[in-house]
Amino acid sequence: MTHLLELRNVTKVFGEGAKATVAVDEVSLYLESDKPSIIAVAGESGSGKTTMGMTVLGFLRPTRGQILYRGIDVDKMNADQSITYRREVQAVFQDPFASYNPFYKVDRLFEKPIAKFKLASSQGEARELIEEALNKVGLRPREMLGRFPHQLSGGQRQRLVVARAILLNPQLLIADEPVSMVDASLRAGILEKIRQLHDELGISVLYITHDLTTAYHISDGIMVLYQGSVVEAGDVDKVIKSPVHPYTQLLVDSIPWADLTLKWGKQPIIEPTEEDLARLAAAGTACCKYAPRCPQAMPRCWESRPPLFHADSGRVAACFLYESGTTLEKDELGGLFSALNNGSS
Amino acid sequence: MKGGETMTSSATTQNVVAAAVPKPRSRLHGILHYLKRNVNLAIGFSMLAILILFTLVGAFIVDLDDAYPGAVRAARPPSAEHLFGTDGQGRDLFTVAVAGTWVTLQIGFIAAGVGLTAGVLLGFISAYYGGTIDTIIRWAVDVFMTIPGFLILIVLAAMLGGKVSTVGTGLIISLFLWAGPARVVRAQVLSLRERQFVLMAKLSGLSNMEIIIEELIPNLLPFLGAQLVGSVMSAVYSSSGLAILGLGNLREPQLGTTLYWMQGQGALVRGLWWWVAVPVAFLCWAFVMLYLISSGLDELANPRLRRRA
Amino acid sequence: MNENNVALRVKDLHVHYDTEDGVVKAVSGVSFDLHANERMGLVGESGCGKSTMALGLMRLIKEPGEVVAGEAWLGDKNLFALSYEEMRMARGLEIGMIPQGAMNSLVPVIRVKNQIIDALADHKLGLSKEQLEERALEALDSVELPRKVADMYPHELSGGMKQRVCAAISLAMRPKVIIADEPTSALDVITQRQVMETIGRLQERTNSAVILIGHDMGLQAQFVNRVAVMYAGKLVEVGTVKEIFTDALHPYTQLLISSLPTLGSKGVFVSIPGIAPSLLELPSGCVFHPRCPKAMAICNQEEPVLHSDSSGRRVSCHLYGNGGMN
Repeated sequence: MTHLLELRNVTKVFGEGAKATVAVDEVSLYLESDKPSIIAVAGESGSGKTTMGMTVLGFLRPTRGQILYRGIDVDKMNADQSITYRREVQAVFQDPFASYNPFYKVDRLFEKPIAKFKLASSQGEARELIEEALNKVGLRPREMLGRFPHQLSGGQRQRLVVARAILLNPQLLIADEPVSMVDASLRAGILEKIRQLHDELGISVLYITHDLTTAYHISDGIMVLYQGSVVEAGDVDKVIKSPVHPYTQLLVDSIPWADLTLKWGKQPIIEPTEEDLARLAAAGTACCKYAPRCPQAMPRCWESRPPLFHADSGRVAACFLYESGTTLEKDELGGLFSALNNGSS
Repeated sequence: MKGGETMTSSATTQNVVAAAVPKPRSRLHGILHYLKRNVNLAIGFSMLAILILFTLVGAFIVDLDDAYPGAVRAARPPSAEHLFGTDGQGRDLFTVAVAGTWVTLQIGFIAAGVGLTAGVLLGFISAYYGGTIDTIIRWAVDVFMTIPGFLILIVLAAMLGGKVSTVGTGLIISLFLWAGPARVVRAQVLSLRERQFVLMAKLSGLSNMEIIIEELIPNLLPFLGAQLVGSVMSAVYSSSGLAILGLGNLREPQLGTTLYWMQGQGALVRGLWWWVAVPVAFLCWAFVMLYLISSGLDELANPRLRRRA
Repeated sequence: MNENNVALRVKDLHVHYDTEDGVVKAVSGVSFDLHANERMGLVGESGCGKSTMALGLMRLIKEPGEVVAGEAWLGDKNLFALSYEEMRMARGLEIGMIPQGAMNSLVPVIRVKNQIIDALADHKLGLSKEQLEERALEALDSVELPRKVADMYPHELSGGMKQRVCAAISLAMRPKVIIADEPTSALDVITQRQVMETIGRLQERTNSAVILIGHDMGLQAQFVNRVAVMYAGKLVEVGTVKEIFTDALHPYTQLLISSLPTLGSKGVFVSIPGIAPSLLELPSGCVFHPRCPKAMAICNQEEPVLHSDSSGRRVSCHLYGNGGMN
């Protein structure tokens, strides 16, 4: 069975020579076609999560490695395959305003893809499809259609983008920080719609975010990125409630939960020293990236880069603290996630 | 609003006012309303309208032959018969004004039109496709922007000996007008290319060309308008400058050429003040008008400059 | 409450924007007391007026906005009764603000040290050049940045460091009241915590009071002692952070709290029905009544008054009219 999406050892480097930054560092992942899932790709800025999303969408070409959609390398698709890929992989981006060309009415967001992908045979049919999609996200067509983007609120604009995704019925949705620029009180509504996309339409979602609270709520599996590499991955419940990698632990400890019993700040934030940073740079790939900031760094960590170890069932961490566990094969991260999915709709 | 936006108090104002959802207006009403606030643009456009009316109406009233030497009695001051007087060589200055303005406007718009279109197209292609094409176009832009255009024009004009037609003059001047817009459009497109709505357009299946035409150009319209006006100004400056130096088409009536003749024939010494006043007044009108329109468009394109109601 | 303990007393503040479409009532009658050493949060959705209120207090509202009524007592001075010069001196010295997106407003061509000195020098403190420099370095110390940052340019710093530089600039003169408007909105989770902890420690050391404005309730829960909730320009509830999060009174606050994702509520999505009203045409009676699940007949006729009880808890809702709050 070909996978829906596969990243094979994808690396993306920006810049050249001394100024090169490795945004995505040999990441492998796959999503099954027959088992739609919501996987969160979590990390802070510089983690490579957005770059990863952009390569999956085909907007950036990986420096090394391949992106395969339904088994075909995205770079090598012919015209027909490209159109299918375009239609079946959609996105919701971070900025509710920026998704719209301010020159046109919001209707264009729907009309264009309907026309281009030939989803309706007449204007009337198109209109019906649009209204149906709007109703599904709880918006009234009469109040939304015919308006310009600046006449709508951020929450409404973002919901329209989600409605567009519903209308297009893709196979894969890349949601890059879909609610981070939306007011906290409106987030639940939008997240619920994205969850529905998965539950009712069987759409797989890559939920890219730095906000672990929303990641926790909406996804089944999570992969935490640090400077382009996966440091921890697995069942979202386990990873957030009992993180094992020191970086994830610091991340989780810094979450501002709206819950007075969950106070942040137990873990100290360690600033890396200049020497340690230099040491990391000199060691290249023979060193754990997190060593300069890790409160539990051992000499081992400065000598080689840890692979993903099974810290317990359904979760892996790239940390020598869990050396006793079995190693996860690089390209089996997808298998880890699909194993989780047994039981969820 | 989150996400690192700069919320200065003017942005807060916009946020507050935007949250208050204004009622939608018809486009025409909106335009007129805007003109009330953008005084420069309103006056500039009015001046342009008057100038064009003058030329068009004038063309019906006068006999264009009067704009040539020997057509009427020479050196007459303004009177009922000759509204602007006549020059030392027997041309009726009113007719010269009508014909000359028309010629100047023609040259201005042809030069600007061709130059801008070429510049915009090349700027787009350069930015959107990148790579070798971008390098070649950028090199050409650098070359043309470094060469002193006016000097080359003088050389060309001297070589071609004043026999070039109006359209020809326009085309030659356009050679030196395309580089500026190309460079600026390229910069604008490079920044627009990464915008989210362009990504959405790609996800909706639009091709590169469609994105350029349907997504990018509309956003650049106010900006392009300003570039157009700037180009017209340049063209009018250049052509008038050449004409004043006697390098324009000496046979055809043109405002700048009139100044050339008036200098050579010693108008001021002879007390023929109207020969000086007429072309100077018209050229001033043209430049002030172009300046006001350009400054008005600047305000339109850059919302931060907009004055509050 | 001990009257002497009040660092800032705001009374009946009204800020209006006179636009072509009518008068936008951005802030309508907001009153609260900020106590010394206290951390107060001001929450509400976009457009509810919280940022406008902060700018209003600092007298930084530009046309067409205007503070049309209200008093703000900082000690024995009413900020709105001060002259332009006096207010300019008060800013930074007695009341400081870290505006939203401040880190994008740092001057890219001036070193950090000089940007801090600019703020100090303008207040005519009578300090020599060396003293000003020393003060600037002390300001950097207070936000836990290494002193070498002083000679750096903004672009050489990370987001979190830039934001702390902004805090250093605004707080270099140790004002007693600090207003932080979404100080961490563009920052990563860990950096956000670092910046908030820094501001917290600074507040404790200088015994100042902080107003944290934002819509991230989680951040409020982690940082403040008291919370004031705003909706459509009005203050609807004020209480301690515990009261607001575990026992909210106003229906809006209740919906707000229940819509927040927490560790125990996976998969449960609660949102607030309807949308916020236009500030051009506020609903009659209680501004929240069109969306309120507990609206009664009186709610669209009469505006509720902000009731206080003895502990400083306040709520503006007909459910609790006439002292029936507990």
